[in-house]
Amino acid sequence: MAEIHFTSHLRNIVPDGPLAAAGTTVGEALANLLAVQPQVRGYVLDDRGALRKHVCIFADGERLHRDSALARRIGPDTKLYVMQALSGG
Amino acid sequence: MTEAQWGKSMNDHMSDHLLVATRKGLFALERERSGWASNLIGFPGIPVTNVLRTDGILYAAIRYGHFGPKLHRSDDDGRTWKEIAVPAFPPDAADAPSLFQIWTLEAGGRKFPDRLWIGAIPAGLFRSDDRGETWQLVSSLWNVPERARWFGGGYDAAGIHSILPDPRDEDRVLVAISSGGVWETRDSGASWSVLGKGLVAPYVPPEQAEDSAVQDPHRVFRCARAPDVMWMQHHAGIYRSTDAGGEWKRLALPCDDFGFAVTAHPHSAETAWFVPAMKDEVRMPRDGALCVTRTSDGGETWEIMRQGLPQRDAYDLIYRHGLDVDESGERLAMGSTTGALWTSDDSGESWDLVSGHLPPIYAVRFV
Repeated sequence: MAEIHFTSHLRNIVPDGPLAAAGTTVGEALANLLAVQPQVRGYVLDDRGALRKHVCIFADGERLHRDSALARRIGPDTKLYVMQALSGG
Repeated sequence: MTEAQWGKSMNDHMSDHLLVATRKGLFALERERSGWASNLIGFPGIPVTNVLRTDGILYAAIRYGHFGPKLHRSDDDGRTWKEIAVPAFPPDAADAPSLFQIWTLEAGGRKFPDRLWIGAIPAGLFRSDDRGETWQLVSSLWNVPERARWFGGGYDAAGIHSILPDPRDEDRVLVAISSGGVWETRDSGASWSVLGKGLVAPYVPPEQAEDSAVQDPHRVFRCARAPDVMWMQHHAGIYRSTDAGGEWKRLALPCDDFGFAVTAHPHSAETAWFVPAMKDEVRMPRDGALCVTRTSDGGETWEIMRQGLPQRDAYDLIYRHGLDVDESGERLAMGSTTGALWTSDDSGESWDLVSGHLPPIYAVRFV
């Protein structure tokens, strides 16, 4: 199970973490998490299902490119951080 | 506060309650004996792009910089808020846009007490018939072939900023788009016609200047008591219509006729207010001196009113929803991009600064 941490800016939306979700890609793990935490969806993904422009994801310390983040393969012990980008504020 | 205290009066008393949507939160102002008292009632630090109070319920449209647009409602005038569904373009909508911003919210009117309209960027019109629990894209407008000629005005994508149900028949609604012209439905959104004869767009090649679907109405407002009378601040000039938007006449002003905001007197079909700014490559008051202009004779003559407004070093711009008049027609409020808020109790002839230190103001609304 990947371990998923969320930016503290979402503390009113996301339960205290980290949270755990299964998946072989970032997108799969996020989808599994959002299935049980549906209120988080619109904050991380836009209405097309794409990663929001000003949200960035780190996988095991590496900042993922927005266009390919959801397709990134992950292992069972991957730590994901869902953060706000510094742009967009 | 009770409903009676908050509700707009139906008589000639001035409204003592004002909502102010800003770049950094939603404020409620109440008129007290000593002046206006201001309270931050929601969303500190978060852009509130517009606000509506109808039937005792507050709706706040917010747009997180990082996390996208959201919609909240409050049944207790801002003490508590609940996030509700935000409109979304359906997956099969042509061109598959993503909602950037809720630009305007309006009530459906007496005939449709559970109805709300939302105008968005990109220029989707959304309708709810259950007070915002669910939203549907009005696909008949999104799919008009003329949409191929719409373009952004102020924002990257075209957007809907004015939604005007006809109080005599609320199936009939006029919608104004920057930049996509004015559109009318007579069947609650099932079908649409583009209106706007007489409007001229100097920012397109000359042979397209009268194309109704490329006009950039910055804001349209209608007289509540004479709903066929509409006023428009266009990107290029100020116009008035007396046939509910079919034909428009450009009015001659003795001052700049660029700007964004307009509001119409609720009773007098001859009276409206605009806030002049230098035209589009500048977008600030001429000579650093802010004024409001008013006509009381249908646009034949104009008064320029400066009393109480800064007359030097003022760079305030008033956005589309940044000017409102209450139901008495006497009290106005005006909020600027630099966070200044003024009110007037004499129909705009003189103004009082309520605050010069609010966040940038997107919308003001008497309630």
